[in-house]
Amino acid sequence: MLETILFYLFAFITVASGVGVVMSRNIVRGCMMFLASLVGVAGLYFLLHAEFLAATQLVIYVGGTLILIIFGVMLTSRSLATHDEPHGREVGAAVLIGLVLAVSLCWAIGRRFADIRPASGTAEGYPTVVLGQALTGDFLLPFELVSVVLLVVMIGAAYLAKGRLHESQGGA
Amino acid sequence: MDTLANVVQIGLVHYLFVGALLLVTGLLCILLKRNAIGILLGVELVLNAANINLVAFNRFNVLPAGGRLNMDGQIFALFVIVLAAAEAAVALAIFLNFYNNTSSVNVEDATRLKEEG
Repeated sequence: MLETILFYLFAFITVASGVGVVMSRNIVRGCMMFLASLVGVAGLYFLLHAEFLAATQLVIYVGGTLILIIFGVMLTSRSLATHDEPHGREVGAAVLIGLVLAVSLCWAIGRRFADIRPASGTAEGYPTVVLGQALTGDFLLPFELVSVVLLVVMIGAAYLAKGRLHESQGGA
Repeated sequence: MDTLANVVQIGLVHYLFVGALLLVTGLLCILLKRNAIGILLGVELVLNAANINLVAFNRFNVLPAGGRLNMDGQIFALFVIVLAAAEAAVALAIFLNFYNNTSSVNVEDATRLKEEG
């Protein structure tokens, strides 16, 4: 029963904050709504017995990505004043697309996956231990490749963001 | 009451419904925002929706009796989180560069590659 209540609570937080991101005119408010949505998703991970993933979601998404986005908002804050609204026709078309997609997805999900119950606990192993063993065993190559990707991204982002600044400093 | 049991007993479909609705809100965010950072938030919402599906399928996976716990879905979700962070870093670097050039992060101002007329 508690699981049911928590599921509906986290699901409501997730989806309502997602709608809030769409509705908010102010990008900072949108970021705060996105924060609530991420926390809701982390709660859903806890309910799915993915504790390590929930912690990772909080640390990397909330502690890393969201802070990065908020820094991006602050560094481009001069354009905060310009709130150009989308045209009414575009809103109508987008909401129509969204409704059609939501209804068709929910119909397909309800048709195909309605009778699936949680896996029984016959398999052995503690989830986080199994996760760590898989990352350093079967998934060692992708794990190492991700570290290369992160290095490339770090160099590339620093180059992209700093190149122009360096130039203007040299010009001045 | 079978319907009531379906509402109270949380199954795979409930998580998939949340994932589908979050996907739709992310898509609407991408479609409706003029601010490039708003579009980035929409992309992140879509990635989170995909992650909910991956973790839910991992949880409701049919396990062989006595076999090892299967964590493939969670590992996939972990990689998605890391790559989403990397993607956000590159996207924000591009937006900063764009802002330095045009003093705006409005995507309607990104017209330099557009054909004249």
